[in-house]
Amino acid sequence: MAKVITADEAAALINDGDTIMVGGFLGIGSPGTIIDALIKRNVKDLTLISNDTAFPDKMHGKMIVNKQFKKIIVSHIGTNKETGRQMTAGELEVELNPQGTLAERIRCGGIGLGGFYTPTGVGTPVEEGKEVRVIDGREMLFETPLKAKVAYLKAAKGDKFGNLRYHATGQNFNPIMAFAGETVVAEVDELVDFLDPDDVHTVGVLVDYIVRRGR
Amino acid sequence: MELREKIARRGAKLFKDGDLVNLGIGMPTLLSNYIPEGVNLTFQTENGAVNFGPAPAPGYEDPYLTNAGANPLTIMPGGAYFDSATSFALIRGGHVDATVLGVLEVDEKGNLANYMVPGKLVPGMGGAMDLVTGAKLVVAVTEHCDKSGKPKIRKQCSLPLTGKQVVDIILSELALIRVTPEGLVLEEIAPDTTIEEVVSKTEATLIIPEGGPKTIEYF
Repeated sequence: MAKVITADEAAALINDGDTIMVGGFLGIGSPGTIIDALIKRNVKDLTLISNDTAFPDKMHGKMIVNKQFKKIIVSHIGTNKETGRQMTAGELEVELNPQGTLAERIRCGGIGLGGFYTPTGVGTPVEEGKEVRVIDGREMLFETPLKAKVAYLKAAKGDKFGNLRYHATGQNFNPIMAFAGETVVAEVDELVDFLDPDDVHTVGVLVDYIVRRGR
Repeated sequence: MELREKIARRGAKLFKDGDLVNLGIGMPTLLSNYIPEGVNLTFQTENGAVNFGPAPAPGYEDPYLTNAGANPLTIMPGGAYFDSATSFALIRGGHVDATVLGVLEVDEKGNLANYMVPGKLVPGMGGAMDLVTGAKLVVAVTEHCDKSGKPKIRKQCSLPLTGKQVVDIILSELALIRVTPEGLVLEEIAPDTTIEEVVSKTEATLIIPEGGPKTIEYF
């Protein structure tokens, strides 16, 4: 069974300096209630693993504005001018990953693999410092897995067993982050007794805590 | 005809019936307005959907359903949603037939730079590096010269690359250029330009095919 907790309790699971994953794509499919609680708790020096930093007034983009991160590992920051400003000013370390590489690094972190070789990024700045190996005649880069202390997810529906069902393009990084967090917290729009097993996107055994949106 | 419409109308004829296509944000998206009748394509958006439809009428937005630019979408019959690992398995795994992307610089070797200008513009690569690596056909669409009149089709890219030797076709308002092992072949030119004009506005060396380039037909 997943334990139902409040957003404040979810935010209390991390401390200054921790690494977190936050689901979502430009804020769509991100856990907004938990993010507001993380802002209220004002934890600092965090490392963020997420696709992007949303917008300055939306989702974890607001945590950027509140200067809660020391490092972010993302694929895109173009929609949040404050991220770019902090990077240029040397206040924030930004590690840009190709989006498919980022997804696969998170997937590897969650499924017990030690990394993977990918042709993406060969001959680009992404190659710097990485092992290059020719596989089937094609140059590939070695990429390492990513994990986090806590993964904060968002789903449309969840049940008391922690099973999750996403909606539309709200899936994005959430299902893979569900494997890669030491502790996994899912914010849900709707909490039901149980989901139809055929409807489950993320199996509840991965999910430790459920937060109801707005609570 | 407006420059972007010229590019979109010609680019829209590059696809084959049944192709799975991913169009970048901006100019590439315009191609979808001009797909010829009888050519049925499946479009992918890398944030996790295929067979999406146009933007919904105001008031009918689904907050969970957007494109990769966070703009609201609709979903069509045959549509499907998936997570980001699956989305990039489709892309990197060679299951996407064609992608169309914008350009900061593109060069003789088919190198593409379109994701950053160091110190000035660093939005990040998003899905672009995976798309140019994995898609079977990579089309780079661009205004032939930048706003100051400087050629965008270069001998060698000076900006950080999005992909090394990845572009198959360069399409501008003036020309359709194919990247080949021998170099850039000027396959087609617009009806309102000349070979001389295209060559003078291109920094890279252009190979003129025997019999000259074809004239682009927009309709």
